[in-house]
Amino acid sequence: MSGFKTHTGKAASLKRDHVDTDQIIPKQFLKKIDKAGYGEFLFYDWRYQSDGQENPDFELNQLNTKDSSILITGNNFGCGSSREHAPWALKDYGFQVIIAESFADIFFNNCVKNGILPIRLPKKEIQRLYSEESPDVISHLIVDLENQHVVNGSGEHFYFEFDPYWKKMLLNGWDEISVTLQYEDKIKRFETERIVN
Amino acid sequence: MGKTIIDKLWKNHVVAEEKNKPDLLYIDLHLIHEVTSPQAFAGLREKNRKVRRPDLCFATMDHNIPTADRFNIKDETSRLQVQTLEKNCEEFGIRLEGLDSLQQGIVHVIGPELGLTLPGKTIVCGDSHTSTHGAFGALAFGIGTSEVEHVLATQTLWQNKPKQMNVKIEGELGFGVTAKDVILWFIANYGTNAGTGYIIEFSGSAVRGFTMEERMTLCNMSIEAGAKASVIAPDEKTFSYIQGKPYAPKESEFNARCEAWKKLVSDNDAVFDKVIEINASDIEPMVTWGTNPSMCLPISGQIPAAESSLSIEEKQSIESALTYMGFQGNERLKDVDVQHVFIGSCTNSRLSDLVEASAVVEGEKVHPGVRAIVVPGSQSVKREAESLGIHKIFLHAGFEWRDSGCSMCLGMNDDIVPEGERCASTSNRNFAGRQGKGARTHLVSPIMAAAAAINGRFTDVRSIMQTKNLEVDRYVGI
Repeated sequence: MSGFKTHTGKAASLKRDHVDTDQIIPKQFLKKIDKAGYGEFLFYDWRYQSDGQENPDFELNQLNTKDSSILITGNNFGCGSSREHAPWALKDYGFQVIIAESFADIFFNNCVKNGILPIRLPKKEIQRLYSEESPDVISHLIVDLENQHVVNGSGEHFYFEFDPYWKKMLLNGWDEISVTLQYEDKIKRFETERIVN
Repeated sequence: MGKTIIDKLWKNHVVAEEKNKPDLLYIDLHLIHEVTSPQAFAGLREKNRKVRRPDLCFATMDHNIPTADRFNIKDETSRLQVQTLEKNCEEFGIRLEGLDSLQQGIVHVIGPELGLTLPGKTIVCGDSHTSTHGAFGALAFGIGTSEVEHVLATQTLWQNKPKQMNVKIEGELGFGVTAKDVILWFIANYGTNAGTGYIIEFSGSAVRGFTMEERMTLCNMSIEAGAKASVIAPDEKTFSYIQGKPYAPKESEFNARCEAWKKLVSDNDAVFDKVIEINASDIEPMVTWGTNPSMCLPISGQIPAAESSLSIEEKQSIESALTYMGFQGNERLKDVDVQHVFIGSCTNSRLSDLVEASAVVEGEKVHPGVRAIVVPGSQSVKREAESLGIHKIFLHAGFEWRDSGCSMCLGMNDDIVPEGERCASTSNRNFAGRQGKGARTHLVSPIMAAAAAINGRFTDVRSIMQTKNLEVDRYVGI
């Protein structure tokens, strides 16, 4: 996986709270045995009508949001099941950054492991991000992981917290398993010396 | 300062502890199923890696499989996923309870009933309802597929220690109120992200009074409150449940293990980041009305309307849930008709769930407008229920009696609720589309589901129980 340093792109908004993984990718698409090609099923039940046509009312079907790479959303994004198909679908669709008021734990981890940067910002700041432009899309947003901030079109900086370990992993695009395998001696020692209870 | 049970479980599994890093935790048991594992095994193969401890892995298939004609998986992609699990388990030397196994069942039902789930263990699975196993005093949580691959390769996970919450449930539950109602009530009152960033310890006299199966129901749905995991301190009930189970410690070492497990309790002076106290007697039989588990009311309740006094967000959220669920607002729950009843899932498919529901059903008939199915959580549960004659009660009433699997909980198999129809379901999620596109899910306890099956609409099960003079509403055998 390549490292994540900065990203500049267009941001689309999905102003909803508690978007669960069943909405991000419905269960009928979880049956594949590979990681590729989930983007076309992202937000399936919202994105398409029952006749298979695009739903013209859905936020991500608007002409000006089509090529967005940053998703801005509400509270408790990604709640529900542990399916990693959710970040696979978001990434395959083209999203590289998700900014939300909060994330569900498992989903947050699943994003980081797939090179998607999940950013928590307070509601007020998310609203301020939008104050300059249209309420649904921001044409130019800079996301800088090294310095842990987001910069909007008028140069306003929004600082975000990020765990130092996962930051390093993301910045370098390191393979986590390779890192852990360097701890083989410690793992072995734990297995021999531990008190089982 | 004293330690909580969570501190103790955590400390016992730290392999490496370094500054500015999460802790590297050892994993004692890795449960595997067909949906979230294929890409993990493919990842190992790609990098030519091995499964480090196949002896600590255990696999079964549950999500995709049919429950009516179990060996006939019609959907080609489901079949391929099941076959892929068989192939992966064979190649990497992992125990698999396949479709033909007498022990097959929902992963969170068979872990405990086989004695794989033990106090003091760290347990993970690529499934969010892994929290179930916390009922035994284990540290158990759901993980994604990348983490499944990481555990397969290293038997460890990097984890930041979450905050800790003590949810004390004191007092006695009312007549006809179950563990399911307790967790639904908790989520209804504290929200679907009440537990985000926390591990919960459930404690208090009501929890101590719970059977192991009730404790599993409680912990199972802590993920619906957003918690990383939940845990209940092990006690004599835990030990007697475990004793004699196929993979449990043998007689010779069992007592010594129990002595060690007894230390897995929070010290009196342990400090939690947050404490919530609940009075068990406040809780009534609950029914969800909306599209997340916090949209939930006592059976006596009235569905809300999108009042103008609410904030814009609240109003929108209620409006969209009402539209999806086919309500105008202000309906009484007792007037809502159901077309489907599902008794099953990792939340409520154990023997006591089926026994309790059957007591309500006995001598009654399923309402003509309802299709009702019972899906035991494992083939073992099915056999035990049959040996008690429970299946005859359900079949006689007009329920279908199925083989084990996740079934209608998540609509990944043949058991789907059609668009626009309503299901009283003992499962754990009422998200839009969860049981099928456009399906309307109402989460309830097994006895409330049984009552809805008989009357064709939501009913306060207590009225049926009183009429039938059912004094013992809880099956205390387990």
